[in-house]
Amino acid sequence: MSSARGVDALHADRVRFSRGRRLIIDDVDCTVPGGAVGALLGPNGAGKSTLLHLIAGVELADAGTARLGARDLAALRRRDRARVIALAEQEVQDVPGLRVAEVVALGRTPYLGAFAGPGELDRAVVRRCLEDADLVELADREYDTLSGGERQRVNLARALAQEPELLLLDEPTNHLDVRAQLAMLGLLRELAHGGLTVLAALHDLSLAAGYADQVIVLANGRVVASGEPRNVLTPGLIRDVWGVEAQVLEHPSTGRPLIAYSEASDPRTAGRAVDPARDGARDRTGDRVGHRVDEQA
Amino acid sequence: MSTTRAQAGAAGPAGAAGPAGAAGPAGAARAVADAATSPPARSRTGLRTGAWAVGLGLVLVASVVVAVTIGPAGLSPADVWASVLAHLGIGEPTLTPLRDGIVWELRMPRVLTAAAVGAGLALCGAVMQALTRNPLADPYLLGLSSGASVGAVVVIVLGVGLLLPFAAFAGALVALAATLAIANAAGALTPTRTVLAGLAVSSVFGAITSLVIFWSATGDSYREILNWLLGSLAGTDWTSVALAGGAIVLIGVPLLASARTLDAFAFGDTAAAALGVHVGRSRVLLLVGTALLTGALVAVSGAIGFVGLILPHAVRLLVGSRHRALLPLSALAGAIFLIWADTIARTMFDPRELPVGIVTALVGGPVFAVLMLRNRRLA
Repeated sequence: MSSARGVDALHADRVRFSRGRRLIIDDVDCTVPGGAVGALLGPNGAGKSTLLHLIAGVELADAGTARLGARDLAALRRRDRARVIALAEQEVQDVPGLRVAEVVALGRTPYLGAFAGPGELDRAVVRRCLEDADLVELADREYDTLSGGERQRVNLARALAQEPELLLLDEPTNHLDVRAQLAMLGLLRELAHGGLTVLAALHDLSLAAGYADQVIVLANGRVVASGEPRNVLTPGLIRDVWGVEAQVLEHPSTGRPLIAYSEASDPRTAGRAVDPARDGARDRTGDRVGHRVDEQA
Repeated sequence: MSTTRAQAGAAGPAGAAGPAGAAGPAGAARAVADAATSPPARSRTGLRTGAWAVGLGLVLVASVVVAVTIGPAGLSPADVWASVLAHLGIGEPTLTPLRDGIVWELRMPRVLTAAAVGAGLALCGAVMQALTRNPLADPYLLGLSSGASVGAVVVIVLGVGLLLPFAAFAGALVALAATLAIANAAGALTPTRTVLAGLAVSSVFGAITSLVIFWSATGDSYREILNWLLGSLAGTDWTSVALAGGAIVLIGVPLLASARTLDAFAFGDTAAAALGVHVGRSRVLLLVGTALLTGALVAVSGAIGFVGLILPHAVRLLVGSRHRALLPLSALAGAIFLIWADTIARTMFDPRELPVGIVTALVGGPVFAVLMLRNRRLA
């Protein structure tokens, strides 16, 4: 397991959160080592987005703490927290009138005063983040004219412009073609090894197994398994959590787990850890999102 | 932090193979769309914004001077300068007292009030559009102006004119709260629901304004009703200038200072919170600010429509959506727009006056339609 020296690890400790009377996050403990890529896995409605929001301080947990190293993230002032944690959401919404470079510059918000414009340093950071996310060519384009995949890269660049120590991503590979998915996860791993702790909610188990140092599997708001991909992603777990039959193979060149699905298992026994009534209630599904993007095209 | 550069397309070392069918035909179609990049958008540098600010500032000053000369008594821009300089104690009075009175007591306060009201309404519209992420938000459509009218009319009827701005503010606040509560109760706060709720609220408050005036009717109540419902700058004086101008300074400046916060709202509440914005507090403070400003403006002018809706969109086409540019330029453009709308309103059927809201609607409606056709995402 990689762990860059001097980079703080993320620890969530007995985090609990309800919305109304429904318990959404149920005593979650998890750890992502400093400088590692953690993948947050689980079916739709498992609570992945909510957990990311709680760690980012966008919503307040009812109980429990999230720490980065020794720092209690909830105790930080909003502005300071936004300099330590960045959250890249999966975005498809239209934002008329903003260019890509302007969107990325929004990431400098926690560093700017009310009247002062962005300084030389801010502009340099924005330039570097545009380069990191391979967006230099698109810097002058209107955000609304971008494809879903390009928007994902812009969202990543905006998060990087916050110069965070902890980067949270909600399904960063949505809308990306295979090549772009690999590039995105490769970039996340490079960023992590360069001194950033990453936690990304992902849907593609093989992709997560191929790139993550640590996987955390969430179902019904509870952590059902966590650890190195090869130890966690077993046929039994995949059957219990996702309700599909799968074989776990070894990748011929990397030796990492490779998941070969056969079919959805018997619906009566499928997804025992999953409450189907919750599906799609909170997690925006890729289908719906992709549909909207296509409409705009 | 790391500054590693993304090698686009370079497969990561682990080369996860997995079922890639998820990308599917939609992904392929998008990849094609990616390849056909549209031409680069027009550059919108700070320099450009500065040029627009200077340009609009000059147009505003020229508009004030020229608009004052327009009317039944023929005046020249030089007369206007002479009067202004004399009253500022810089030059010797050269105009006859009558002509000086027309400039300084009648037309100048009216033109300046129009400028302040136009600037304030456009500013309110731009702020509300950002806060509610609703391109149709504006003080008039969401019912704030109608609510403020009710407050104003009630205190006038009760004969406590001193409370006018406070009553108008309270009315605007009640209307805003009602609109948001109705829209929220009907489900998520979508643009459509918000506008429909605003329509309901402004209809009711407009009717209450008419009722109150009829109830206290003395003779020319139709004209009075029209002036409150459609807006009019007839009879404005230096007190109006002080009220509207004071509101611009006291509330408009803090709103201008919120540009960074409004920018952060572009991607929604979660993104704003992740950028360090106190979402709930900022939204309440800024919406109350717009209600306060709307109240002060409506107290001097009645409910004028379309200024708050149209001008921010027009300015967005020029300089984009960054609020550091959008807010001040919207205010300048709103001032210029309302000066000329009011000049038309008071001279077109001279000696009778049109409520200025008729002019703003006549100009604003078609402009809005054109904007909508040019940018389908507006609505």
